[in-house]
Amino acid sequence: MTRSALLLLADSRFPAGAHAHSGGLESAVAAGRVHDTATLHAFLTGRLHTAALVAASFAAAACHCENAETLAELDHEYDIRLLSPTLRSASRRLGKQLLRTARATWPVPRLNLLAASPDEGSHHPVVLGVVCAAAGIAPEDAALCAVQGALTVPADAAIRLLGLDPGEVSGVLAKLAPPADRTASKALTLARMAQLKNDFSMLPALGSPLLDLAAEDHATWEVRLFAT
Amino acid sequence: MPPKAAKPAEAAKGPAASESSETPGAPEAPARRGPLRIGVGGPVGAGKTSLVAALCRTLGEELSIAVVTNDAHATEDPAFLVERGSLDADRVAAVQTGGSPHAAIRDDIAANLEAIESLESAFNPLDLVLIESAGGGLSTTFSRGLIDRQIFVIDVAAGERVPRKGGLGITSADLLVVNKTDLAPHVPADLEVMRRDAAARRATAPGGIVRETPLPTLFTSLSEHPGAPAVADWVRGLIVEHGSPAVA
Repeated sequence: MTRSALLLLADSRFPAGAHAHSGGLESAVAAGRVHDTATLHAFLTGRLHTAALVAASFAAAACHCENAETLAELDHEYDIRLLSPTLRSASRRLGKQLLRTARATWPVPRLNLLAASPDEGSHHPVVLGVVCAAAGIAPEDAALCAVQGALTVPADAAIRLLGLDPGEVSGVLAKLAPPADRTASKALTLARMAQLKNDFSMLPALGSPLLDLAAEDHATWEVRLFAT
Repeated sequence: MPPKAAKPAEAAKGPAASESSETPGAPEAPARRGPLRIGVGGPVGAGKTSLVAALCRTLGEELSIAVVTNDAHATEDPAFLVERGSLDADRVAAVQTGGSPHAAIRDDIAANLEAIESLESAFNPLDLVLIESAGGGLSTTFSRGLIDRQIFVIDVAAGERVPRKGGLGITSADLLVVNKTDLAPHVPADLEVMRRDAAARRATAPGGIVRETPLPTLFTSLSEHPGAPAVADWVRGLIVEHGSPAVA
């Protein structure tokens, strides 16, 4: 059951709103930084070692959490890691959308841990971790799912924005599979360490200043296909 | 009607409660509480935004209305609706589609649902939420999880053969609107042919099963009747049937 649940949740067609996001790729394409499969590979590699690792360690940690207070603390730690206000609010919106779909998909009490969280809803990786727990998915797979999402969102956007051959884009993702697995393992280890020390501030805080700045600029565009 | 996307209150009751009364295959009377939700879809340039603006203007006095737009241009449609629909700017929410109109209104409706709920909580009670899709193909239709009823808008200028081509929008939308009838002599297009083809397409369900009553089609010209009175009447009928929270 849990392996199938993981495939369901990790599928980019899982209807939780991700298709409207490009993970910064729309800006990178406009600036000419990504224009073919090689530059897409470079973009995704950068994301793998920053946003993906951070999201995965928070997802793994949240998957372990069994009380609302700890989740709120985790949510706060993620919040202060996002420098761009646009990306902060997008992450909360995606969290809300994921929670909504998860409630229809796996209606179990575990999801109610998040209902008590503050006003705007929790950040996406935190929700993802709790949803994994609700679906019977283990923390290591929650981390994998977060990594996968961080890569497939820009990859899908690249197919649409650049008209890249979808088969070649799949090839890029396949090439990134071994490092993606390693990132997920590392994220799990970091989450476990933070849990043992009972200190979530130990979780990684890697980012990309250029993506943060680009996200703020992107939000002001008059014509854009993607929300971020 | 399958259950709508779970709301917190429903989900809290657990799986047993959410699976109880509603069974698939009964798409008639909308059972969901909250404002009536009508989707407005159709190809680019058919007049979706103009129709939405006309409805807002005509019904704005009697109903509390909000609109969700799905367009790559973040400000164009909202600005048009504010100006032409006499709608307050904060009653219009814009949703990005990632370049796939059908994805946002059918395959993954999460962002649209969230926008609707934000409007619902900001303007409680609302009577009517209009969700306008980005211009799509003839089969770009809305999920029943997002809307209660849907209007599909095509225009005469696209040619008289469009109704004959069919597609889910033509064959299954709750209301088909054939817009810009004033352009028929210039195209040229024979409105009688369009009327006959639309009626034939909408008399049978997919698979050729004859419907008990054919789905309705309305011919409009927003330049001759800027308030879209016939479509507004259709919406009024649905509002009564839906039992709006704001009117009650």
